[in-house]
Amino acid sequence: MTTTEVVPRPATAAGADGPAVRVRGLEKRYGGRAVLEGLDLEVRRGEVFALLGPNGAGKTTTIEVLEGVRRRDGGAVTVLGEDPARAGRAWRARIGVVSQGEPAGQALSVRETLDHFAAYTATPRSTADLLDAVGLTDQAGTRVGRLSGGQQRRLAVALGVQGRPDLVFLDEPTTGMDPVARRQFWELVRNLRAGGTTVLLTTHYLDEAAELADRVGVVSGGRLVEVGAPDELGAALRRVATVSWTEAGARRQVRTDAPAAVLRDLLAVAPSEVPGLTVTSPGLEDVYLQLVGAVPTTAGGTR
Amino acid sequence: MTAVLTTRPGPPSAARIALARTRLELRLFARERQQVVFAFAYPLVMMVIFGSLLGGDETPGGFSFPRYFLAGIAATGIMLVSFQAVATSIAAERETGQLERLQLLGTPPVAYFAGKAGQVLVTTAVQLALLLPLARYSFDVPMPVDAAHWLTFAWVTALGALAGTVLGIAVSGLGGSAASVSTSVMGFAIVLQFFSGVFFAFPELPGWMQQGAALFPLKWLTQGMRSAFLSDGASAFEIVGGWEHGRTVLVLVGWVIIGGVVCVRTSRWRRGEG
Repeated sequence: MTTTEVVPRPATAAGADGPAVRVRGLEKRYGGRAVLEGLDLEVRRGEVFALLGPNGAGKTTTIEVLEGVRRRDGGAVTVLGEDPARAGRAWRARIGVVSQGEPAGQALSVRETLDHFAAYTATPRSTADLLDAVGLTDQAGTRVGRLSGGQQRRLAVALGVQGRPDLVFLDEPTTGMDPVARRQFWELVRNLRAGGTTVLLTTHYLDEAAELADRVGVVSGGRLVEVGAPDELGAALRRVATVSWTEAGARRQVRTDAPAAVLRDLLAVAPSEVPGLTVTSPGLEDVYLQLVGAVPTTAGGTR
Repeated sequence: MTAVLTTRPGPPSAARIALARTRLELRLFARERQQVVFAFAYPLVMMVIFGSLLGGDETPGGFSFPRYFLAGIAATGIMLVSFQAVATSIAAERETGQLERLQLLGTPPVAYFAGKAGQVLVTTAVQLALLLPLARYSFDVPMPVDAAHWLTFAWVTALGALAGTVLGIAVSGLGGSAASVSTSVMGFAIVLQFFSGVFFAFPELPGWMQQGAALFPLKWLTQGMRSAFLSDGASAFEIVGGWEHGRTVLVLVGWVIIGGVVCVRTSRWRRGEG
């Protein structure tokens, strides 16, 4: 084996070579139907970035363009300093992908599959390490065709990080995993991040984005509509609080960016206590739903 | 656990990946029981059926029927494990996303194709190692008479298997689902077998069939096999009155090299993406 120096990338050098991913004005059409209409995206080196968005928003297409397996119709894309549409094998060696496809035949065992794909990279992690990291040690001798859906996802994750990539793409990695496997996967992503690996993932699970991501981007209608840390996403939307209470047996609620004023009015007219009074600020899910247009964003009004 | 690498050695060579792929293909082949039985039993069953039904008949040159047709059965068996098996497996691998993974890993297409070829050469050798003793001991077919004829048998087999592999890769590249590729490959193979004189004495075929067959490897593979198994005098009964070894090499090597380069240049890992 070739000797390879394995050292953590110092935090200060993270931005030294520019961002891991830079996308400007990305466009993609499928048979005249626009899927991406000028998407901008920047992923910093060493961060975990989560792309959120409804089905059909263009998340998977974006990831495929970044992986260099789908051609774009417009825009500028740089991944680890190169254009994925033209990059070669040395670039591919630095990219890890958790692919949705079958690995290499149903009749192969998990261990045989990992051992086989180790031959494709100059810097493979040991099969034992990988099995342990994704929690498949007990299934090492099981044929791939007999794995559950969640176990197959875990094998896909192991294959995605086998070559010690600098940047890992995870397209809905935890779909089909049970809660225990999901948490194990989160631990794996945290370990990748701790080692300096950049991670770009798409997910439908907001708790997953909140748990893992340094920053979250929301894709809707083929554009990145919002980006920020999970607890800062949609700052304007977050200022809107919901004041709710019970009046004459019915639940009433007011959404406002000035909750104190609403409370003052409410208390002024209340005889004594206001039954069931709560003031809540929106969580990630509320912000997300408003950003993708699933619920109205206008403040104020009772319902 | 992991850390970003500051220095990264170059990716493994195509030869190393090709070797890993050959091992993988052989292992997967061996685990598909139906495929193994079909690949190895098919020529044996053909030999038994044709030998038993037509054992008393004579063919051009006065050879016993089994002796003349061993060449055709060997050739069609090789096409089965090369052309047919390769086209079908590539279409299936494209459909299940295995090829997309290879693309994402930056696998050189030549390494992938070499893995197919390596597996084909091994299964071809096993197939013939079963067929020849059956022909020899059950149907009294003489084996190649001397080292030179065995050598002819070896190069015809190897080139034929490789040319069949390339043809399989080319056909799988025409696209379509695994099921549709499998069906059209089966149909194409049957027609090609008739055109190439596997089931009939080639000189008895109509001229347009002979000319059509001459474009594809199977006719040359069958003719080359005849040159290994029949006595030298039998070449008088070929269309041009000779074995045409030179032209056989030219056509088969042409398929391997030109076809191979075209396949490597135009290979598509995914469906619907140019």
